[in-house]
Amino acid sequence: MPEIALEMKNITKRFPLVVANDNVNFKVYKAEIHALVGENGAGKSTLMSILYGLYQADSGQIFINGKKIDIANPNVAINLKIGMVHQHFMLVPPLTVAENIILGMEPKKNNIFIDMEKAIKRVEELSESMGFKIDPKAKIENISVGIQQRVEIIKVLYRGAEILVMDEPTAVLTPQEVEELFEILKSLKKQGKTIIFITHKLNEVKALSDRVTVMRRGKVVGVKNTKDTNQEEIASMMVGRKVIFEIEKEPLNLGKTALKVEKLEALNNKGLPAVKNISFEIKEGEILGFAGVEGNGQTELVEVITGLRPTSSGKIFLYDKDITNYSPRNVREDKIAHIPEDRRQRGIISNYTVAENLILGSHYRLPFNKGLALNFTAINNHANNLIKNFDIRPSDKDNLLKSLSGGNQQKVIVARELYGEPKLLIAAQPTRGLDVGSIEFVHQQILNERDKGKAILLISADLEEILSLADRIAVIYEGEIVDILDPKKTNEKELGLLMTGSTANKKLLKVK
Amino acid sequence: MFGDIFNAQFVASSIRVAIPLALAGLGGVFSERSGVINIGLEGMILSGAFTAVAVTNFTQNPWAGVLGAILVGILLGLIHAVTCITFKANQIVSGVAINLFASGITVFFCWLLFNETQIMVKTSLPIWGLPLPSIGEGSTFARNIIVMFAHYSPLVYLTIIIFILAHLILFKTPFGLRLRSVGEYPQAADTMGVNIIKMRYMAVMTSGALAGLAGSFLSLEQAHFFVKEMSGGRGFIALAAMIFGKWTPLGTAGAALLFGVGEALAMRLQGVLAIPVQFIHMVPYLLAIFVLVSAVGRATPPAADGIPYEKEIG
Repeated sequence: MPEIALEMKNITKRFPLVVANDNVNFKVYKAEIHALVGENGAGKSTLMSILYGLYQADSGQIFINGKKIDIANPNVAINLKIGMVHQHFMLVPPLTVAENIILGMEPKKNNIFIDMEKAIKRVEELSESMGFKIDPKAKIENISVGIQQRVEIIKVLYRGAEILVMDEPTAVLTPQEVEELFEILKSLKKQGKTIIFITHKLNEVKALSDRVTVMRRGKVVGVKNTKDTNQEEIASMMVGRKVIFEIEKEPLNLGKTALKVEKLEALNNKGLPAVKNISFEIKEGEILGFAGVEGNGQTELVEVITGLRPTSSGKIFLYDKDITNYSPRNVREDKIAHIPEDRRQRGIISNYTVAENLILGSHYRLPFNKGLALNFTAINNHANNLIKNFDIRPSDKDNLLKSLSGGNQQKVIVARELYGEPKLLIAAQPTRGLDVGSIEFVHQQILNERDKGKAILLISADLEEILSLADRIAVIYEGEIVDILDPKKTNEKELGLLMTGSTANKKLLKVK
Repeated sequence: MFGDIFNAQFVASSIRVAIPLALAGLGGVFSERSGVINIGLEGMILSGAFTAVAVTNFTQNPWAGVLGAILVGILLGLIHAVTCITFKANQIVSGVAINLFASGITVFFCWLLFNETQIMVKTSLPIWGLPLPSIGEGSTFARNIIVMFAHYSPLVYLTIIIFILAHLILFKTPFGLRLRSVGEYPQAADTMGVNIIKMRYMAVMTSGALAGLAGSFLSLEQAHFFVKEMSGGRGFIALAAMIFGKWTPLGTAGAALLFGVGEALAMRLQGVLAIPVQFIHMVPYLLAIFVLVSAVGRATPPAADGIPYEKEIG
């Protein structure tokens, strides 16, 4: 019987509206990689926050190495050698790598000043022990997300962590970075560290973990040895019903060219070129997927097409109409729908009700606007219809958007954008941060539109999503389309290399 | 005429005028670096100025006056901290309230204790001389400068020491590192076991202490009296100096000196140029606006400045 590193018994935690953890039992063996999976809101993060002392459980006990303990705050957790790598990195951007690592536990000289030399030396030692190099004097704001994550890992190791909690660590990484991360985690396991790995990507569970605990609606619904289970079983435990993984696609039925972009150029907010000489076409009934690491011009490209950002040169045609530099309202009136990448910033107004959010963008038109006043009968009927058709929960049109889950907020956006039969749908990161059930729903809606003969521009950092939905894949790197590929003839590895600007590969492709 | 204006006295008065701006601006640096906007600096300066004169006149000891001003500053800082940090009230409103409160209460106590609106300072701080290096028959300007620097109120020397210390504390000590992290990304600091509430309280109270000290210099050393509303917008110019100085102690000191030059210039120009006095009085404020407009694009405040800390519920 392996040694038990951590045991949480009968943990219950209530928030004003929900029971986040309902009598949860959770056990982790020493030196194992333990996956903790569940949909958003299943209670994984709450459980880990209790372990890390960010929240106090209403009832239940925690045992570390067989000893019962109270974790009143993160300092106690740190002293118990528990470390946490948060989903949103807990790094201070203007500070250096070394400053971030030592924050709260600074080495001192003369008992007053920070001993920076010692700090830098320690950071270098720790990174070398895991087989990579890092510049301790670099500022966080100037390094890549993948490197930032390594800083997070060094940060917890610096505090002597024996139990590492990784909260959805791969959400922001490229496939290559994910592989490197897995190597790092495996080497930590060899050093005898215990790792709790929170995720809802099931292939990662399979690739990395020894055991898996599944949570649903605040309860643990199963604990399995990874080798004795499969993705389908874990998914159905998570969702509570059978999940269809293979997306069934109708055969491609192309129509006229709906969107044509010619030699498009645009600047980013800093005034530097972000979209460089991009040309492509999308036909009716086709999904063109844009694969790329975030920040390679995708955001700007979408903004230019939707009228949110001016072009510096080039043309955009919707069917035969030149819509270059149209205002957002004109773009919408020409029936281009937009599911924006930043849901909270651009997709919804979180202090407005569901009904109000559902008419944004058409609020000035009949039947919602009659002269000076809004027509609430029409607005409410409209809301009730869409709530029913798109299964928005809770099904009350008067709820404020901020009280809805991320998945339901996204359903509101999808419902609004698909209403009124758009000619072109632009979906940017449409399933980011959503749970398995909502992802399935959004994917199905996008495919329905395609089969109805709409043109769709899909932008996603999730390669699996791109590969399963798109009919053609454009790879974007530093504002340029590196290549356009057939999803049947490519794979995540090739895309990953192209996305990161692997020049060797680019040359190879040109030779082909 | 040029020589009449830009002489050693001009340099000296620039420095003297800059001192309260620099001290209060430094208070702003501490407060905002921790994530709390302190627009109440103005009221804290005014309260400090009054307290310094009142305590000095009652005790016949100007040092007690300085100490009293600092304590009153800390008290107002504490009030600001309680409303903004513990009760998460709007920081601008709290600051404005402190300013209004200060302008009322100082006049009230002025009448209550002294039965007049302007109180003269009865005892001043000593002038401290530094041992002078011997200078030959060089320019009188250079000699005057050295003489000026060597004969200042102790508070001037104290200010210089405070600025050097503040720089070291902010950038070289664990306390400073934690303070900066709390103002940039408190969630991150929290997970590293830094006590956000404690850091912010300490920063805001330090801010009050520095503004109180600034007030004591203003009344005891610069004006030698207290009169109502004598802070005259210095708290706001101090904030401008803080922004221009990019939230660093040394930058703030430099910016305060620049404003000091502006105000000294305004004082000198009176009677020299045939311009109405009112326009000349505008010089420091115009300078502040000019500097802010030209600096704002490049100056980024601490990311969490003005945002009360709340743990996310997830």
